[in-house]
Amino acid sequence: MRNLSKNIVVWTACTLVWLLGCPLAFGDTLKVCNTCEYHSVKEAVRKAKAGDVVLVDGGVYLESGIEITQPISLIGRNNPVIDGRNSGQIITIKSSNVKLEGFTVQNVAVSYMRDDAAIRVADRENIQILNNTVLNTYFGIYLQNADNSVVKGNVVKGVNTGKIESALGNAIHVWRTDGAEISNNRVEGHRDGIYFEYVTNSLVHENTSERNNRYGLHFMFSDGNVYTRNIFRKNGAGVAVMYTRDIRMEHNTFEDNWGAAAYGLLLKDISQSTIRNNTFRRNTTGIYMESSSRLHIEGNDFDRNGWAIRLLASCIQDTFRLNNFTANSFDVSTNGSPTMNLFEQNYWDKYTGYDLNKNSVGDVPYRPVSLYSMLVERVPPSVMFMRSFMVDLLDSIERVMPSFIPETLIDESPLMKKINHDSDRKLVQNLR
Amino acid sequence: MKKIIKYVLYDIVRNKIVVAYTLFLLLLSVGLFNLGSSPEKGLLSLLNLVLLTVPLISIVFATTHFYNSYEFMELLVSQPIKRSKIFMSEYLGVTLSLSAALVIGMGIPVMLFAPGATGLYLVLTGVFITFIFVALAFLASVLTRDKAKGIGIALLLWFYFALIYDGIVLFILYSFADYPLEYATLTMTALNPVDLGRIMVLLNLDVSALMGYTGALYKSIFGSMWGIVSAFGVMLLWVTIPLITSRNIFQKRDL
Repeated sequence: MRNLSKNIVVWTACTLVWLLGCPLAFGDTLKVCNTCEYHSVKEAVRKAKAGDVVLVDGGVYLESGIEITQPISLIGRNNPVIDGRNSGQIITIKSSNVKLEGFTVQNVAVSYMRDDAAIRVADRENIQILNNTVLNTYFGIYLQNADNSVVKGNVVKGVNTGKIESALGNAIHVWRTDGAEISNNRVEGHRDGIYFEYVTNSLVHENTSERNNRYGLHFMFSDGNVYTRNIFRKNGAGVAVMYTRDIRMEHNTFEDNWGAAAYGLLLKDISQSTIRNNTFRRNTTGIYMESSSRLHIEGNDFDRNGWAIRLLASCIQDTFRLNNFTANSFDVSTNGSPTMNLFEQNYWDKYTGYDLNKNSVGDVPYRPVSLYSMLVERVPPSVMFMRSFMVDLLDSIERVMPSFIPETLIDESPLMKKINHDSDRKLVQNLR
Repeated sequence: MKKIIKYVLYDIVRNKIVVAYTLFLLLLSVGLFNLGSSPEKGLLSLLNLVLLTVPLISIVFATTHFYNSYEFMELLVSQPIKRSKIFMSEYLGVTLSLSAALVIGMGIPVMLFAPGATGLYLVLTGVFITFIFVALAFLASVLTRDKAKGIGIALLLWFYFALIYDGIVLFILYSFADYPLEYATLTMTALNPVDLGRIMVLLNLDVSALMGYTGALYKSIFGSMWGIVSAFGVMLLWVTIPLITSRNIFQKRDL
């Protein structure tokens, strides 16, 4: 407790020093509040020169069309609210090196022609958007061509009940940007939670994206990005990523993406990427893979999904190692016979083999594709016979004497025990 | 007629098979609900049980009962009682006792562990399946005087509905995979009460999201009041058609 209070004192002192030092070092402080020199944020921002700080005190400001054209810091104290009253875009950043922090920005109407956002950055670099709350807007935070920008600690909440997909914008929309950092944000109730197009070398870290109408995370043509420790939950269609290579997805959670057309993670034309230590829980389809090649899918947990993995025949050279498959209706299903994909040392709860030499690797191979899952893939209406006794019987016979299921989809060394990805590091190391 | 039903019921309860059946169901239901991590899982396991064992036990029990009470029926026929009345009392006696066993053995645990529409559908499906398979058993028994042959036909019927039928339909679906088969599948499932019951319960469970387009279509059909009513209507047809056929045969044939 003493440590904590000490910390607080130190931090407060630091902040004070910074607050005092900042204007001295960079420029003037323009204060905005009811009794201050400026009553409107727009006016203060217009007057501010490069390096100034515009300090906005708590209160409701009914404004929109605030344009930042100088490298300033626009900082909110005591949670000031900027209410656009549905009269267009609220804050547009048209200068590099701008910092925007601590505001609640709300009410932007749907605009199909202009794509109005609460906060938009256009063609400038090094922008920091920190700890803002964006409520009830069309697009939330929109970065276009904004290299090396940081979007951190923001909450973007939309209202999507009863709205169709095309009447909604994205919460965080990033287009043609290099080196962006999107972290610790919480986005919900939009079309896509986080949307990337032509975004490269960026980091998406510890975000929570839930209850969006379409995708929790959606990216295309965005090479070299890293996605870690994000949570994607209850999104209309899960997460979809397309036409991209060299990505890393680690320690993310994909859960409760449940519905006739929902996926935990949909991969289309993804290559040379790593998907490691993620959790896929209660999704209709855990991972759906189409035309994806050279992926390393390792150390993931697939729990209680309808299909854990749907691997289409167009996928080649993918590796599945050290994953846990538990309580899924179908472990792996496919529509043909995908070639050169490797399954090894996974744990399958449906595995019934034995381990005579006690090396914790099963002595008989496991075939994760069941006959019925292939039949469903070929003839979708046959899904109505799920849990029919005949289907179980056919599956058991096929397990014993495989003749229809693809020969190439086989785990030659299934594990006997579930891997505990948190504490069994040693075992994992040994097996690697 | 009431008197005959009462006597049949008394006779059935006295030979203790129905009591054992009740206890078996009770034990299994409670066990499954306690084993499963969620009530939904319990319901799914119970569904498999209802669709396999309930028809089997109903059909075997009803057939043996019918042959065992032949002498009693002959005695009644010599009295001034209509044959159809005798037949219907036998039918009602058997179905009522088996349904009571089902409702006590399974209905009570379901209502305790997983109350709701799905559980209700499950028990209703079970009751309907009992009625249907007892009717089928009586049909098998009136077709032949030979007890072994009768039980053979009854078992074959069970085998057909519980196993072979699904295989045939899957084969048909596989052969005609290039055609839109949604409505064909719907019709074919209606032709088997076991499938109809299974789908009705499954669609009310969470797994329906797995079923893609077909599932969505079925859900839109079975989800509506009209769909549920028509599904139970089809079940009712499945009771009445074999029942009336066998009653007609029973009325005309030489005992």
